Amino acid sequence: MSVDAATVKRMARLARIRIEEDEIASYQGELNAILGFVEQLQEVNVEGVEPMTSVTPMTLRRRDDLITDGGFAEKIVSNAPLSEDNFFMVPKVVE
Amino acid sequence: MTDLTKLSLADARKGLVDKSFTSTELTSAYLGAIEAANPSLNAYVAVTADQAIEMAKASDGKLAKGQGGSLEGIPLGIKDLFATKGVHTQAASHILDGFKPEYESTVTSNLWRDGAVMLGKLNMDEFAMGSSSETSYYGPVVSPFRAEGSNANLVPGGSSGGSAAAVSAWLCAGATATDTGGSIRQPAAFTGTVGIKPTYGRCSRWGTVAFASSLDQAGPIARTVEDAALLMTSMSGFDPKDSTSVDMAVPDFAAAVERGVKGLTIGIPREYRMEGMPAEIETLWKQGLDWLVAEGATVKDISLPHTKYALPAYYIVAPAEASSNLARYDGVKYGLRVSGKDITDMYELTRAAGFGREVKRRIMIGTYVLSAGYFDAYYVKAQKVRTLIKKDFEDAFNAGVDAILTPATPSAAFGIGDEALAADPVAMYLNDIFTVTVNMAGLPGIAVPAGKDGQGLPLGLQLIGKPFDEETLFAAARVIERNADMDFSPKPWW
Repeated sequence: MSVDAATVKRMARLARIRIEEDEIASYQGELNAILGFVEQLQEVNVEGVEPMTSVTPMTLRRRDDLITDGGFAEKIVSNAPLSEDNFFMVPKVVE
Repeated sequence: MTDLTKLSLADARKGLVDKSFTSTELTSAYLGAIEAANPSLNAYVAVTADQAIEMAKASDGKLAKGQGGSLEGIPLGIKDLFATKGVHTQAASHILDGFKPEYESTVTSNLWRDGAVMLGKLNMDEFAMGSSSETSYYGPVVSPFRAEGSNANLVPGGSSGGSAAAVSAWLCAGATATDTGGSIRQPAAFTGTVGIKPTYGRCSRWGTVAFASSLDQAGPIARTVEDAALLMTSMSGFDPKDSTSVDMAVPDFAAAVERGVKGLTIGIPREYRMEGMPAEIETLWKQGLDWLVAEGATVKDISLPHTKYALPAYYIVAPAEASSNLARYDGVKYGLRVSGKDITDMYELTRAAGFGREVKRRIMIGTYVLSAGYFDAYYVKAQKVRTLIKKDFEDAFNAGVDAILTPATPSAAFGIGDEALAADPVAMYLNDIFTVTVNMAGLPGIAVPAGKDGQGLPLGLQLIGKPFDEETLFAAARVIERNADMDFSPKPWW
């Protein structure tokens, strides 16, 4: 499988990364080189093989449903580019 | 007085306990070395001199009273991937500009609990994506090594290139690093240092900037096997804040270092004999095996048939997980923000400006392989191949193999700005061909310096162990280190 220019643009849009028209061709070349490289997986017979979900055999631990953390809103917003009254500030999203 | 920076971590520890010198003296010596070398090597992206002296003084107080932890007063460098409270933590990326976490990673917390002193944050490939430490927003790390008769700058490997360069150039007594596909072992091999990636789950990932969560593991880079073992013991341990952290006692790894290899079975995987592999790598591999056999190990030829598929499967799994993990960098909560006409515009412009080319490329690949219609063909397929890769190793261990010996890298260090590698992303990825299988199977792997190439550059061997049997790796690596009996330190030019 290989990607065309439209697919490169669509991926950039899905990934929320702006790419300029003059960058598309080089991304397309690089992505196709990588996809060409991974293509060899097609020759592996995986019939009846379970996909790996955990590399070490383990069951997810559970804990009591208790509040164990919190109450430090000012710390959470301390690195925000823009904040007010412990809220993150963003451009308007609802008209 | 001897140069305190040249001491091994173990000897520095002895000197501190014996009161031959203080942590303040040792720390000051390292800070002086960093000041002199960093303009040339670019190993540190932030030096925390005041904090280091403060921590050293606190350690001296404890040491004076005969108290203190296993690393009391030992100055360390910390990879920029670990969250350090109130200190530069940017994964060497522009998108995390100015980020100073309000919390401390579990791995560094463990080191400070045991008395270690932080010298600063170490340079790396951006978000740990790379094999040369050239993708950093802060510019490339320069290896302390140069080929004989040449003044061309070489890469220290990556992504933990700052860690490897700082350790080998005596800019810290040891360093933290992380390994997703070879990022501890490849730079260790390039710089004549020892690096171990422990079993997945041995070190907590909490507070470490995530790249590919099912592959990422922290580990140390150090100048000797014993030093690496001392650091590994402190860094490891169960952490309820990481759901994949394993609740298992941490052995005293240093106690295993001199255990020897008598009676062990060492596997030699035939698939690691790559076509076009330099003869000196082949010779080194044979030499390493001979040393182990001379000390009582037996050899077993083994097959790991899915080896060649590990790297392609990795380049599906790792970018997929990265595209998901890096979705959080959007200019809202921390770091860089580039304003736009609406919120989507802001996201797109922030991420375009904040991420470097290699990171963007991997996010795009990850987005593609996870997108509707391609998920089964790529991601699910890769995870099935991963099951087969792990089974290859299980079969070998079930057949009586205790550890597997392989080369660490397909070559010695290459030049900064290598044009052939820059033009072809896949050629750079091939650096991890011997190391990436270990991450895919979640196993421990250690790189130990074993020889030099024709230009005097260090070459390393890798030992791969059973899950949670890092002790055997330390013991076998020590046999190689002792038999190599070679000076793997760089000749200072900086």
